[in-house]
Amino acid sequence: MSATTSTTPAPRTTSHAVGSSILRAIRLGGLRIGYEVRAYFRQGDTVFFTFLFPVVMLTIFSVSFSQASFGQTVDGDDVSAAWFYLPAMLAAGLLLSGVQNLAIDIALEKSDGTLKRLAGSPLPVVSYFIGKLGQSFVTGLAQAAVLLALGFTVFGVPLPEEPQNWLVFAWVFVLGVVTSAILGIALSAVPRSGKSATAVVIPITLVLQFISGVYLAFSNLPDWLQNFASVFPLKWMAQGMRSVFLPEELVILEPNESWELPGVALVLGLWLVVGLVLARLTFRWIRKDS
Amino acid sequence: MTTHENVVEVRELRKIYGHFAAVDGIDFDIHRGETFALLGPNGAGKSTTIEILEGYRDRTSGDARVLGVDPGRGGLDWKARLGIVLQSSGESGNVTVIEQLRHFAALYPNPRDVDEVIAAVGLQEKAGTLIRKLSGGQRRRVDVAVGIVGRPELLFLDEPTTGFDPEARRSFWDLIRTLQSEGTTILLTTHYLDEAAQLGDRAGVIAGGRMVDLAPIGELGGADARTPLVRWREAGEQREQRTDAPGALVAALIDRLGPEPDALEVIRPSLEDVYLDLIGRETSTSDDAEPTTTETEVAR
Ligand SMILES: Nc1ncnc2c1ncn2[C@@H]1O[C@H](COP(=O)(O)OP(=O)(O)OP(=O)(O)O)[C@@H](O)[C@H]1O
Ligand SMILES: [Mg+2]
Repeated sequence: MSATTSTTPAPRTTSHAVGSSILRAIRLGGLRIGYEVRAYFRQGDTVFFTFLFPVVMLTIFSVSFSQASFGQTVDGDDVSAAWFYLPAMLAAGLLLSGVQNLAIDIALEKSDGTLKRLAGSPLPVVSYFIGKLGQSFVTGLAQAAVLLALGFTVFGVPLPEEPQNWLVFAWVFVLGVVTSAILGIALSAVPRSGKSATAVVIPITLVLQFISGVYLAFSNLPDWLQNFASVFPLKWMAQGMRSVFLPEELVILEPNESWELPGVALVLGLWLVVGLVLARLTFRWIRKDS
Repeated sequence: MTTHENVVEVRELRKIYGHFAAVDGIDFDIHRGETFALLGPNGAGKSTTIEILEGYRDRTSGDARVLGVDPGRGGLDWKARLGIVLQSSGESGNVTVIEQLRHFAALYPNPRDVDEVIAAVGLQEKAGTLIRKLSGGQRRRVDVAVGIVGRPELLFLDEPTTGFDPEARRSFWDLIRTLQSEGTTILLTTHYLDEAAQLGDRAGVIAGGRMVDLAPIGELGGADARTPLVRWREAGEQREQRTDAPGALVAALIDRLGPEPDALEVIRPSLEDVYLDLIGRETSTSDDAEPTTTETEVAR
C-alpha cells in the first residue's frame, strides 16, 4: 500500500512557480467557496444560530402577534406581524450571515489550527477572503430564499410585484452581505481565543439588532437611540429592506418620512471601505510567537 | 554554493521567550536529498526550530535559509515547494478525507495524484468519511497526506507518527523511503529512535536549546559510544571498561577472578543508550550549579 506514490522523478526538476497571481487567486477563491459552503452546512450549531435563527424569529413573531396590526394600507388592509417582520428578519440575516458567522468562524479557525495550515500552503490571502465572502453570500441568499418562501406561503405576506422593488432588494442584499462579511473578517481579529469568540461577537450583533429596528419597531425608539443606531450599518439594511417589502404608506413611520435609499447606499458603502481597511490591517494567518 | 547543495542552513539560531532561550544558538545544514532527524527530549526546542524554518515564528537572532530564502520572508512560490506536517492540528474537520486532499492538491502547481496519496497513507476505506469522525491515528495520517500532496521539495515532519499503530508506522516508513528515492529532502523530529535510525541519514540531538551532537546516525555520541562495555564487580567496587574485544576481556577476568565474576555484564549500546547518554551528559552539566536531584530528594 505504501510504495504507490507517483513515479515521477526527483521533485527538484519540477516547476513550482505558482503562476499569474490575480487569476490564480480568483480561481482558488472559487474553489474555496465550494469548500467553505460545504463545511458550513455540516456544522450543526452555525446552521442553527446563524442560518435558521431569523427563520425561527419570524415564525415566533408571526405567530405570537397574529392578532396585532402594524399599520394599514391605503386599501384598509392590516399590516400583519409577518409582513412587518419579514424585511427586519431579512436584514438580520444579512448581519448574521456576514458579521456573526465570519467573525466567530475565523476566530475559531485561528485557534484550531486551520489558518496555520493554510498559512503554510501557497493559498493567497485574497482567495481565503473570497471563499469567506462567497460562503456568506451563498448562505445569505439561501437564507433570504427560505424567509421569503416562508413569509409568502405560510404567513401570506404579499410580495412586491414591481421589478423596481426587486432591483432595490438585489442591491441592498449584495451591498449588505458584502459589507457585513468584510466587517466580520475585520471583527474576527478582536477575540483573543476561539473560546471567547461567541462571547465577544454575539452581544455586539444582538444589541445591534435591538437598536436597529429588527426586533423593536424603529419608530418607537427614542430619538437619541435612533441617531446612535444610524451610525451602524444594520439600521440602513433594515430600512432598505422595509422600502422593498412594506406598503409605500408606511414610509411615514421612517425617521424622515423617507426610505432614504441614497443614505442606505452611502452608509453601507462607507462601512465597506472601513471594513476593507480594517481587515487588510488586522488580518493575520496566525499570531506569530503566540 | 559548496560541494553539497544545502536546502536548509541554520547559523547561531536563537529564539528567546521573555528570559527563556527556547533555542540557544544552534547550527546545522541539511543537504539536498538528505533526511535529517532532529532528536531531543520534550521542550528541547525542536518544534520551535522547525517552526522558525517553516516561517511560522520569527527568530530572535542568527541566520536561517530554507531553499535559499529567509523563512521569515518566504512568498507563495516558496511555500509551494514545502510540505509541512505540524506537531498538532485540531481543525473542526467538516470535510471528508478526499475533499480535503483534493482541495489542498489544487493549491499546488504540480500535485501528486490524490487517490495514490490516500492509498499511501492507508485511508482508502475512509476516503469519504468526515475528518472529524476519524480516529486520532487516522487524522494524523490525513495530516501526513496533506503534507505530501503538493509534491514538496522539502518536507517538514514534526513527530509525524504520533498515534500510529505499529503497522501504520511501518508503512509510513515505506512511504518516506519512496519520497527519499524521489529526491525529497526531509527534516524529521521524532521520539522513536528506531524511526530515526530507519529513516535518517544524519541526526542532530538538541537539549535545552543547544545542539549536543550532530553526526550520521550511526556515529552519534562519538567513536567510543558504540564500543561494547564490560561491567563487573571486583573487591566490592563497580568496574567497567570499553573494549572492542569483550570476549578476551571476559576471559582475562575469569582467569583472574574465577569462573563466575561478580555481576558480569557485556553491553552493546543501542542507539537509545547512546542517545540517553548524550542527553544525560547535557542535563548533568547544566545541573552542576544546583544541588542534584537525588540530594534534594534525600533532604526531603
Ligand atoms: N510561544 C511560546 N512562549 C513561551 N515559551 C515557549 C513558546 N513556545 C515554546 N516555548 C518553550 O520553548 C521550549 C521548547 O519548546 P518546543 O515546542 O520547541 O519543544 P520540543 O522540542 O518540540 O518538545 P516536544 O518534544 O515536547 O514537542 C519549551 O520549554 C517551551 O515551553
Ligand atoms: Mg515539539
